Amino acid sequence: MAATLPPPRLLPSGDSAVTVEFSRTIDDDANQRVLALDKALAAASIDGITESVPTYRSLLVHYDPGRIGFDALSDKLLALASQPLPPSVKARRWRIPVAYGGEHGVDLEDVAKALNTTPDDIVARHVAGDYRVAMIGFTPGWSYLSGLEKSLHMPRRKNPRLLTPAGTISIGGIQTGIQCLAGPSGWHLLGRTPVRTYQLHRNPTFLTEPGDRVTFFAIDHKTFAEQDRAAEAGELIAEQVAS
Amino acid sequence: MSRLVVASIGPASSVQDGGRPGSQRYGLTPSGAMDRLALAAANCLVGNEPFAAGVEIGPFGASFTARDGAVRVALAGAPRNADIAGRAVAFDSSVTLKDGETLTLGFARGGAFSYLAIEGGIQGEPVFGSLAVNARAGLGSPYPRPLLAGDEFTVDAASGASELRIELPKPVAGPIRVVLGPQDDEFDDANKALFLASEWKISPTSDRMGYRLEGPAIKHLHGHNIVSDGTVNGSIQVPGNGAPIALMMDRGTSGGYPKIATVITADFGRLAQTSAGTAFRFKQVTMAEAQDEARKFAQLIRSLPDRLRSADTVALNIEALQDANVAGYAVSAIDAGTWQVSAEP
Repeated sequence: MAATLPPPRLLPSGDSAVTVEFSRTIDDDANQRVLALDKALAAASIDGITESVPTYRSLLVHYDPGRIGFDALSDKLLALASQPLPPSVKARRWRIPVAYGGEHGVDLEDVAKALNTTPDDIVARHVAGDYRVAMIGFTPGWSYLSGLEKSLHMPRRKNPRLLTPAGTISIGGIQTGIQCLAGPSGWHLLGRTPVRTYQLHRNPTFLTEPGDRVTFFAIDHKTFAEQDRAAEAGELIAEQVAS
Repeated sequence: MSRLVVASIGPASSVQDGGRPGSQRYGLTPSGAMDRLALAAANCLVGNEPFAAGVEIGPFGASFTARDGAVRVALAGAPRNADIAGRAVAFDSSVTLKDGETLTLGFARGGAFSYLAIEGGIQGEPVFGSLAVNARAGLGSPYPRPLLAGDEFTVDAASGASELRIELPKPVAGPIRVVLGPQDDEFDDANKALFLASEWKISPTSDRMGYRLEGPAIKHLHGHNIVSDGTVNGSIQVPGNGAPIALMMDRGTSGGYPKIATVITADFGRLAQTSAGTAFRFKQVTMAEAQDEARKFAQLIRSLPDRLRSADTVALNIEALQDANVAGYAVSAIDAGTWQVSAEP
């Protein structure tokens, strides 16, 4: 017995994009609906839609108002969003190596202290997690993962760092993430992965897709150095396993 | 082939084109020209596709020297003094630099970005179909960073085509038009009204990522943290300190602050060309009006080739006016605007 799905809110994002919002909060069911609508939209190939961007709780749909107007597009989006969710397809799963702590995870000890436990215990909890790529955003390859264990939820840093290393694995709020390029971050840095989720002249350029499953496993810093060189030369490093 | 050498250049200058949309779902910002109409006009003058790569020149001066042959270029966008060896060069016009000649540009007057299009375009290796510089992602070609003195472009030798000018409609004056949303319900009526009624100035700390707006603090209804969602060019987000930021061409693809309003497509270039410190206001329009304006804007860009005129047709008027002793400046018989006269025969 399929319950009727509540309709999403259609929020105008200017004259050439609309945000299809399923929830105001981070919510796995809403994220499933976002990804389902993204797929349905791609299959429907509606004239005038130029690009869609899935996020945790909404799908941003870019379109050309010269080819389709807001009202006509809204009707089509609502119709697609009301379709029952397709049976869940087997997602890809990536096993991602992480060198935790030390110079690669400068916040690991502080996180352990704040949570009244040891760095090893934090690592054990983090690698035990079964995560899903909820969205990719901010900078190329920055993969926001849902599924962080409750005991690791922590407010973001009061003072964001202006520069954090490429490959940083961090936690912030109720999320964990894989940051590909060096850049600013207000999250707590637990470690680094040699895996590039984005690498320009590699095939594929982008490793992760929204909806992919992710698990982490710990490697030592020597292995990190070796794998980092291999990754720089274009190897994927990440293992794809059956979900 | 000729070369065009960047003899001098200020910050915030880079190669830009129509950008690289299509990979925002992977966090890749489209980038591209801040003022698309100006880039398209400059390109049109030298026979390029409207969104071919050109040089986006920030508010400071710049100079370019032709080497190994002549180079035909065109200027559009924020007006500034421009000359070749003391001969004034007009904006919205093409001009040919002879081998060894230098085009010298002053500071932008009344605007932020000018565009230099080069006949035949800029040679480079496109990434995701674009040469546009996105410094944060290390993308852009031939230089994946803002331009520096000494950089050079490999370009076509000048065709020798006769020079053209382009008749652009007078820029619309008045407020920057917005549609409310996507998160206008994160603000109460008083704060929405305050946003729409206030005078704003663009902070000097602004850049291609975002324009920080100086004015009254806008208060949120439920705090400033929302779950990150997608952004567009012209999203106006309000962070915790209440000072709005208009997201520009190098914006992050997602953001976690409520977005009170979005600048309409037709006015985005005008906002981009609002120089730091200049006072302006926003005005709310309906979705129907915004989309109508977006279609007109697209039509204007398509119409650019029909707006080309021979540079000679002005020269006649210029001669008449120079005879009347209006030294160095000419009043156009067409739109009564004033521009500097090229002494080019």
